[in-house]
Amino acid sequence: MVPYDPRKAATGIAGLDDITRGGLPRNRVTLLAGGAGSGKSILALQTLVNAARDYDELGIFVAFEEDPEQIIANAKTFGWDLSDLVQTRLFFIDARPNADLVASGNCDLHGMLAALEAKVAETGAKRIVMDALDVVLAFQTDPKALRREIYRTHDWLNGHALTALITAKMAIENATGEDRNLVNLLQFMVDCVIVTGHDVIDGISQRNLRITKYRGSSFEENQVPFLFGPHGVEIASMREREDIGHPASNERISTGIERLDSMLRGGYYRGASILITGSPGTAKTTLCGAFAQAACRRGEPTLFVSFDSRNDEIIRNLAAVNIRLDEFAANGLLRLVSGRAADGCAEMHLLQIKNMAQELGARNLIIDPLSALGKSGNEAFSHDVAERLIYWAKARGATVLCTSLLSGSQPQAEQTSIAISTIADTWMHLTYQVQAGERNRGLTIVKSRGTGHSNQMRELLLSDGGVTLADVYTAGGEVLMGTLRWEKERALRLAEDERVANVDRLRVKLQAEVVNLEGQISSLRNELESKLDEQARLTRHESETINESAHAEVIMQQKRLGER
Amino acid sequence: MADTGIEVCFRLYLAGDAPNSLRARDNLERFCAAHLGGRHQIQMVDILEEPKQALENKIFLTPQLVIVSPPPVRIIIGDLSDTAAILGVLGEAGSPA
Repeated sequence: MVPYDPRKAATGIAGLDDITRGGLPRNRVTLLAGGAGSGKSILALQTLVNAARDYDELGIFVAFEEDPEQIIANAKTFGWDLSDLVQTRLFFIDARPNADLVASGNCDLHGMLAALEAKVAETGAKRIVMDALDVVLAFQTDPKALRREIYRTHDWLNGHALTALITAKMAIENATGEDRNLVNLLQFMVDCVIVTGHDVIDGISQRNLRITKYRGSSFEENQVPFLFGPHGVEIASMREREDIGHPASNERISTGIERLDSMLRGGYYRGASILITGSPGTAKTTLCGAFAQAACRRGEPTLFVSFDSRNDEIIRNLAAVNIRLDEFAANGLLRLVSGRAADGCAEMHLLQIKNMAQELGARNLIIDPLSALGKSGNEAFSHDVAERLIYWAKARGATVLCTSLLSGSQPQAEQTSIAISTIADTWMHLTYQVQAGERNRGLTIVKSRGTGHSNQMRELLLSDGGVTLADVYTAGGEVLMGTLRWEKERALRLAEDERVANVDRLRVKLQAEVVNLEGQISSLRNELESKLDEQARLTRHESETINESAHAEVIMQQKRLGER
Repeated sequence: MADTGIEVCFRLYLAGDAPNSLRARDNLERFCAAHLGGRHQIQMVDILEEPKQALENKIFLTPQLVIVSPPPVRIIIGDLSDTAAILGVLGEAGSPA
């Protein structure tokens, strides 16, 4: 929040209090200038409603152009029931000049100031809006008289210490002739000038607002977008851009695809912004779905905004690749939102996405495709909106996954109006490789801040079993996918099988030879043993024979001697 | 100047002695003398003294002349220096018979 400054009167409109650094100059006059229908009256009324409701400061709304009844009725469309405020804390004065009045000579605003004097004294109002003061100033045909009445009004407002907001229909930039004079006088007199603009580009309404002057205060000098949201005027706060207050996380979260996690060395960083680009049909939504499923399985509230498909279509289509989102959609963890791309301005989408994300407490945000914001009439603003969406999410530590439609196979030649690739932390590009009569999906990581990542293209495979990545082969300077990859894989597999078979064969053969040799060794050993036996036997026999012979000789001799 | 017989009722809202208001009073009196020959009534309201009147009757531009009758009620703003404009608004009531 902007710190309290006693010199400022807060408007209670967050974006406006941000860009004015606390609110309108207190007890001073602010000019709110812009073309017809640029939202001046509603903006001015909203400051009074907020002041009466939240700051206990009563207000007077002087309507020079619109019927106060009508203004009160219009306020109902923003859900502001003013019935408890009107004529007690918020006072309307119908100051529309009679349509039939005739002018005869010069007039002045004494009457108005006397009437207001009475009203301020009666109510104790601190704030006042003079809506469409230009209507009564138009009765001043003489430049000197015009100048006098403007000063008179200004002095009266300052003299009564009122925080005043004067709205006037006027072109600040391109005023000519008498208008130029009025513009210059008013701009010079007041302490703060806010200019509103309203362009319609290709049927899409684009509102913006810019502070051109603020005496004694710094202010946001850039044009900021604003729009009529469901609860009144919403002004884009530039603090969305400044506050990257959330500390960088080292936590990794799964992409939902195991092989992609390892390709990124662990998945996306929590709180990172991830961009997936690619032509139609390259499975960008499938990667979104995989991420959503993984996030919900971790129990994290996730907002999935699809600008292309209806919710039931997304659930059905992703189920075909075994990504099941229906249970998470049913239990509320996943909020699927279908936003038609052509419906409303980018700023409105941003507002709605932020509101829904806040409501859900989303930790993950999926926008598919973000480039839809740049459609029809939003080209000039979508980049800014996309950037602020990413910064807004970052400031809250939420992880954002965006896709962007991109034609061609060279992501470096990105030419969409949503050139957000520079602020994306991780950028993956999906392509079709047309080869040998096939289209195959390829995934490359173009960049990924802070995570190691493979430089190689992977083939993205979708089947009813799920999503995975396959290594691709490079051959002859070409990346092989699909059937060619399959053939390459098959050839390698066959060669390997053959090699394994050969080895087995050789092993069996050698084994047989070993067995054979061992058999031979064993039989030779047997033979040797029998030979040795035989030899031993022979030797023993021989010696026995010799002994026997000797003995026989002795006997013979004895016998011969016995013949004696 | 002949009398048409139609009496005109004016209410002139003034803002104190602001120059436009002083001029309007003088111009109206001169106009009446020249064109109405006494067939008129003028009610002066100083909205600085009676600011509630300004609020209730939506008198934001001053001086403001209201032709109360003959009907319909018509409004002329300014210091009434443009006599032709007043005559144009008065129509028949302002024409010499």
